[in-house]
Parts: sequence; structure tokens; C-alpha cells
Amino acid sequence: MSVVPAGGWLNRVRGAMAKTRASIAAPVNKVLGRGVFDESTWDELEEVLISADMGLPAALEIIEHLRRESLRHPPADSAELKTMLQAAIAAELVPAQTLSDDGNSSLTVILLVGVNGTGKTTTAGKLARRFADAGGTVIIAAADTFRAAAIEQVAVWAARTGAYLVKHTRGGDSAAVAYDAAAAATARGADYLIIDTAGRLQTKTPLMEELKKVKGVIERELPEARLLSWLVMDATTGQNGVAQASAFADRIGLDGLILTKLDGTAKGGIVVAVARATGLPVVMLGTGETETDLVDFDSDDFAAALLD
Amino acid sequence: MFDTLAGRFTDILAGIRGRGRIDEKDVAEASRQIRLALLEADVNFKVVKEIVADVKSLALGESVLKSLTPGQQVVKVLRDELARVMGESAVPLRIGKRPDVIILAGLQGCGKTTAAAKLALYLRREGKKTLLVAADTYRPAAQDQLVSLGAELGVDVWRGEPGQTAVDIASAAVQAESATPHDVVIVDTAGRLHIDDELMREIVALKTAVTPGHILFVADAMIGQDAVNQASAFDDALDFDGVILTKLDGDARGGAALSIKQVTGKPIMFVSTGEKPQDFEVFHPDRMAARILGMGDVISLIERAESAVDESEARALAEKLEREAFTLDDFLSQLEQISKMGGLNDMISMLPSHMLPKELRGAEVEESGLGRTKAIIQSMTSQERQTPRLIDGSRRARIARGSGTTVTEVNGLLKQFEAMRKMVKSAQGKSKKRGWPAGFPG
Repeated sequence: MSVVPAGGWLNRVRGAMAKTRASIAAPVNKVLGRGVFDESTWDELEEVLISADMGLPAALEIIEHLRRESLRHPPADSAELKTMLQAAIAAELVPAQTLSDDGNSSLTVILLVGVNGTGKTTTAGKLARRFADAGGTVIIAAADTFRAAAIEQVAVWAARTGAYLVKHTRGGDSAAVAYDAAAAATARGADYLIIDTAGRLQTKTPLMEELKKVKGVIERELPEARLLSWLVMDATTGQNGVAQASAFADRIGLDGLILTKLDGTAKGGIVVAVARATGLPVVMLGTGETETDLVDFDSDDFAAALLD
Repeated sequence: MFDTLAGRFTDILAGIRGRGRIDEKDVAEASRQIRLALLEADVNFKVVKEIVADVKSLALGESVLKSLTPGQQVVKVLRDELARVMGESAVPLRIGKRPDVIILAGLQGCGKTTAAAKLALYLRREGKKTLLVAADTYRPAAQDQLVSLGAELGVDVWRGEPGQTAVDIASAAVQAESATPHDVVIVDTAGRLHIDDELMREIVALKTAVTPGHILFVADAMIGQDAVNQASAFDDALDFDGVILTKLDGDARGGAALSIKQVTGKPIMFVSTGEKPQDFEVFHPDRMAARILGMGDVISLIERAESAVDESEARALAEKLEREAFTLDDFLSQLEQISKMGGLNDMISMLPSHMLPKELRGAEVEESGLGRTKAIIQSMTSQERQTPRLIDGSRRARIARGSGTTVTEVNGLLKQFEAMRKMVKSAQGKSKKRGWPAGFPG
């Protein structure tokens, strides 16, 4: 089933990011506005990219590319150089598959994972809102059995969005929650099962093993379902984001990234570093406090919004 | 914490440490690599520029180049610079007259609620009685989270009535304090973006209403370049007193620690280093600088050992070793102390890197081995633990079954234990008097 109204989310990224201060437009304009392109132009642009958390390797690569391009096709003006920069940034990103690139499965399971405090539960709630608005039957599994009151938080979201809630008690086995959720999804003929898991730092081996178990249960119990494992990452994340994505991808396997809290001053450039290191696509962006502030990701829009 | 940065610096400095002569080219190359390492650690790019410029000019100074050990001097210059940027020595939280109110502020998901509970526990260790106030009225179930943490830790929690604002809740809690005996009131607030004007006004109003003795800014150690924007905005609005840096137990590079102090001038006071409520420590910039440079932090390690190990227990153990009466039971309690001290990996990270074998530098040791060893010993009868030679083939099979391990593993452990006893014996032969340092595994 398709939940993405055709063209409906277009430009939402740009709008969402323009609303905030999450852009590197001002410093880029300042550098380019001088109208003189020399060594210090490149150095300063490199700094701007670093200040957006793209990381030094990606920044160097983008600038090097830009430098070579501008030798081959000297840009007429700063506007053209800016367009070239925009294209170079977008080229670093991996095109996302949207949810509408549906297979034949009737049930989509979304496993939300990530380090502590990135907004997994809020994202679960926003996803539930979105699927429910599109007319789907949604189940949320409260598989964060570790954090105090995490289950209550999910329960509030379930009530708000009309999703069914599967929960155990705190301290319970998250794989057992997943098992019950899988059974519930089958019994109710659900369209979407969203699994909210406990935040865990990627270096904690036993916790990563636990997550693997949760995923294993879903794969075993719902072999026909489309399972998407998404890493939820805070837009303020620095270069540790690369380690996060690599570790979660290695240990449990990932299908994509959701970048949250893009409504601050953080630019979320970490997704460029992550894409470069892991090849993971960004799927959606969390752009605000309201239930509908979750939009599909588009590389070109994102790069444009960064520079707008 | 800071292990990646430490690893990078160790490599950079390995090339320069111990050199009898260095020239401008060496310093330039080292500076380039230092810049890269700091940027990868998420130190703010402006702060990186300052650090690199300072190190460069100091390292090229006469006193360094003409010294007998210029390589060592460069390391010292960098160590001093990092310590300076992070704020030299620890800044203690001084609790004032009762009730001293502490407000915790920060962005969403930085770990305020957990930090509030951990701070309460820390203050209890310091002999202070604390009331936690749940003033996050926005995030669903945030107040429940604090209430349940408080119940677990035995700390009193004040929660508001539905419909009350954060200011209402905190004011009521503080007012009620004239009657109830708490030394400290910690107000846990909702996470807010520094550019959310409405919520920033709320927290300023909260400050006005409860006149806190301290405002602490809670920051996630994993934030990147935006750290300084966030910290500066909160500092402009609240003029906070210090910072709690959270989630330092991953492989966060902790560049925020360097940047926030440099930009706001406010000290990092505490670091939160694990999932357990007691994983919360006073931040020592000087020690951390040494640690980042691979010089280790033996002082903190010893302090941790002191707090984890009971002195009389340690003395009893030393005596046992002396009498060669060290049993598997003692071995088990040693293993438990290792976990109490934060686990092997944490302890290794506090040792100077040049003391470590190459394979251990920056590597993560599989700690599950400790758990298996514990399980094996726990599956033995007390008689077996006292007299391991009783453990014959059928007992080994039983122990393996009981602990969910294999006979090979049980054999391995017994062999290891025997070897250890022999080693202790020979070590004692060499230095009869010195004994064993408290808390170190035999």
C-alpha cells in the first residue's frame, strides 16, 4: 500500500529547513560573495562544510571535486559555483527508496534502532500518525523495556494515533515483545508494525546482541513481511555518527537512516559522512515538534535546503 | 571515553616523542595531523584553529627546540594546551545553604532525566539529601520516568498536578522545602531547542521563580560542531554555572568537552559514563588531557579502585595470597570487583598506552569472557571452590552443564587458576614485602 501522496511531500524538506536556521547559506554566500576565487576560497568553503558536520574526508572530497570542476568549466559567477557545490553535496548522498517503492508484501515492519536520546519513540509516534492518516492499520511495539517510563511514552503515542499497542512490563525481554507484536500483526492483519527499541550505544556488545535477537524474532515469525531496519540519528550528531551507522549496520543490518531534530541549528551534515562511509540512504527527516513533522528525504532538496 | 582521539594522538606523537631533534617541518606535519584528529573528534573548527596555532608557536619556541628532549616537550605543550582548553583542574559543585536548588537544562534527548537521577545519587554519596522535581511537562511520560527512577534509587521525587506549568511545579516544590528536609532540590526540565523562543522564555522564568544556586547545562558528548551554538545560546539565556557531559561511555570523541569550555568559559563539572546510576563522575580536565594523549589516567583508576574495594577485604586477600590460600572463591570476588570498577575495557583505557601490548591499544576486549568465567565458578560447590583438585571428569561435566559452558572451558579456567597460583608464588618469592595492590585481579 502506498502512503506517500504523489508529490505531496515535495519541497517539504526545503520548507522545513528554511523555517529553521539549519543552513550553511550565510557563510557560503559570504565566501562566494567576495567574487574572488583563490586558495582561501577553497579553505573557507572546506571550513563551512566541516562546520556542518560533514567531516574532513567528505569536505576535502567535495572541495577537491569542486576545484577540479571549476578548472575545467570555470563558473561564470558565484551563483554558478554555488550550484556546483550543491550538486557535489547531493552526489555524496545515496538516493533513498521511499516507502511507496512497495514490494508485494501486505505487512511492513519498521524496526527503529539507535543510540540513546535520538528520538526513536517520537519518530515511532510520527510514523504511526502518518500510516494511520493514510488509512493503514498500525501496531506499535514498545520494545524499549529498559528506560524508565519508555512504555508509558509509547502508550501515549498509541492513544494519540489510534495505533494498537503491544507492551510488556519494564525489565522484560524485548525479543518477547517483538514475538507478541508479530503475532498481533498477523492476527489483526496489520499493514504496519512499528517496533520502538531501547537506545543503546553501539559499543555495548550485549545490547547489540539483544537487538539482533529482536530482529531475528521478526524475521522468523514474519517471513513474508517487508522488514525495514532504520537507524534514528540526531541531526546534532558529530563524527561519532559514522561509528554509529557502521556498528549498527555491521551488527544488525540497516536499510536506512532517519535524521531527527533538524529544526535546530544543526545542519545534519553528518549524513554526508555516513553515506560516504556506509552507503546508507537517508529515508526521512524529523523536522519539528508536531506529529506530522516527518518528511521524506530527497538528496537534491536536502543539498538545496542546506545552501538556500 | 575519548579513546579514538587518544589512539590518534598516540600515533601522531609516537613519531615525535623521544626525538632528540625536531625541525619546523616535523612540527608542521604534526600540526596538520593534530588538526585532523581534533576535527574528527568534533572539536569546534574555530577552537581547533586556536589549539593548532598555539601548539605550533609554542612548539617552535626556543625552550622546546633547544631542550634535550624536544619530542617530549612537544607532547607536554599539547597536553598543557588541551588541559588549558578544557579548564585545567576540576571545578567542584559546592552545595550552599539548604535547600540549594539546581536546574538542569538542555536539548531533547541529551540525558537530563538520567543525569538528574545520577546527580542525586552522587550527592547522596556526598552526604546530601536530594529532592528531584519532575518539571518536564511536554514529553509524554517524562514525569513518570523520573518518578520511577527515584523509586528505584530511593530518592524523593516531586511531581506536579496535571495542567501545572514547569514554573508552578518547581515553585511549589521549592516552597514546600521549608517544611521538608532536603539539602538539594534538582529540577529536571523539558528538553528544548536553544532557538525555541517560547521554551527558552519558560526556562528563564523558571530561573527567576526559584532562584537556583546552580544551573547546569546537560550536553550529549556525541554532538558535533553545533555544540558551541547550543551551549552559547543557553549560556546567553541562563548564564549557567557548569556542564554535565553525558553518554561518554560509547566511543564518543568528546570534542564538545573541549569546545564548550573554550567558547562559554564554563567548566565541564561532571561526566556521565555508563548505563548504571552510579556511572557519574567529577570531570578532571588535567587527567583527561593526559588520557587523550595516551598517558593514561592512573589517578582516577586508583580512586575508582579505592571506592570499589573494601580495604579490609583487600588486606584479607593479601594475607591469603601470602599463605597461598587463594581459592576460586577469592578469584570470583576479584572478577566481581573488576565489573564494579567499570569493567576491563574502561580500566584498560585508563592505563598509559605505552604500557599496553599493541593488541590492546584502542581495542575493545570481549568482556563476556568474564561472565562465563564467573558462571563456571558459580556452578561449583563451595567445597570444589576451596579445593579445585577435587574436580574430576564427571564434576567437570556437571559444572559445564550448570554454567552453560563446555568442559574445555572449565578445563581452561582450572588450568589458568593453577598457573595464577604458581605465578603468585613466584612473584612473592621475588618481592616478599610488596604484596598486591588492592583491587587488582590476581
